[in-house]
Amino acid sequence: MKNELIKGWKAAVPVALGYLPIGLAFGILAAQQGMTAADVFFMSLLVYAGSAQFIAAAMIASGAAAAAIIFTTFLVNLRHLLMSASLAPFLKHLSTPVLSLISLGITDETYAAGYPEASAGKVSARFYLGLNSLSQASWIASTVIGCLLGGGISSPEKWGLDFALPAMFIGLLFMQMKSRKDIIVALAGGSLSLAFTFLLKDNFNIIAATVAAAFVGVCLDDEA
Amino acid sequence: MMKPDMFLIIIGMSLVTQLPRVLPLVVLTRISLPPLVVRWLKQIPIAVLSALLLPSLLISEGAVNLSLYNKALIAAIPCIILAVKTKNLFLTVLTGIVFSALLQIVL
Repeated sequence: MKNELIKGWKAAVPVALGYLPIGLAFGILAAQQGMTAADVFFMSLLVYAGSAQFIAAAMIASGAAAAAIIFTTFLVNLRHLLMSASLAPFLKHLSTPVLSLISLGITDETYAAGYPEASAGKVSARFYLGLNSLSQASWIASTVIGCLLGGGISSPEKWGLDFALPAMFIGLLFMQMKSRKDIIVALAGGSLSLAFTFLLKDNFNIIAATVAAAFVGVCLDDEA
Repeated sequence: MMKPDMFLIIIGMSLVTQLPRVLPLVVLTRISLPPLVVRWLKQIPIAVLSALLLPSLLISEGAVNLSLYNKALIAAIPCIILAVKTKNLFLTVLTGIVFSALLQIVL
């Protein structure tokens, strides 16, 4: 039982490391835009979504209406819908309260870090407790510290930590690719997302590319 | 004390972020999905990871950058090789951090 929690913490290590520079950067930006440490704490606790928080801080500073900020957040974070849905076939053995708690912690990073364990079957609630607790603790701590330090620290990318999350995505992606079909799905997802970046706003390039590339995968299933 | 505006913004942002996270998982685990939908859902991890990754590696400052000065692109190469050869996530991430730090100094 305890091992499961530790397994979750271990899975969270690259996520937690990767959140440090981004969290610090968000905190610094938020302080510059006039947000207090309490604002940052509650936003990181209750929203817990990097790109949306950056956009919101900029919109708050520019005096945007609350409704506009909230709607933009909705659009930017809608991709979690796909991730949450794709976990469903593997988590049928867990109760609704546990599922609700697990899903509150879904980010791009925790989703990617937890999926291999979930898809292996019968993942435990404790694994997700470990993964989500350490990941979000890192996000909350780094954003609040960034806000408290304000402009007092030099650029965190000097430490190379800004590449921790892309490196983690590379690792998880290439470890999951097992067949020719997987490679084609990855190429489709990546190139469509790149092309759509210049056409679609608010992370919709990611949603559109994911939906389309997953269809490509289903079609190739039929061939095999 | 938090400003009322900020309170409203954070609560609103929280609702619209958490509902799409919670609802699919809670609802779809309680119904049985058609096999075709399950097969489609199983493609999502690779599709979404590549969709997140490729723009983050190739785009810098709003444009596609395929030059040797694109640090993310260069640092990605040893990571990909290690991920494929070793299947070790920790080693891949560590290599990425070290390479990225070295590139900061060199470039």
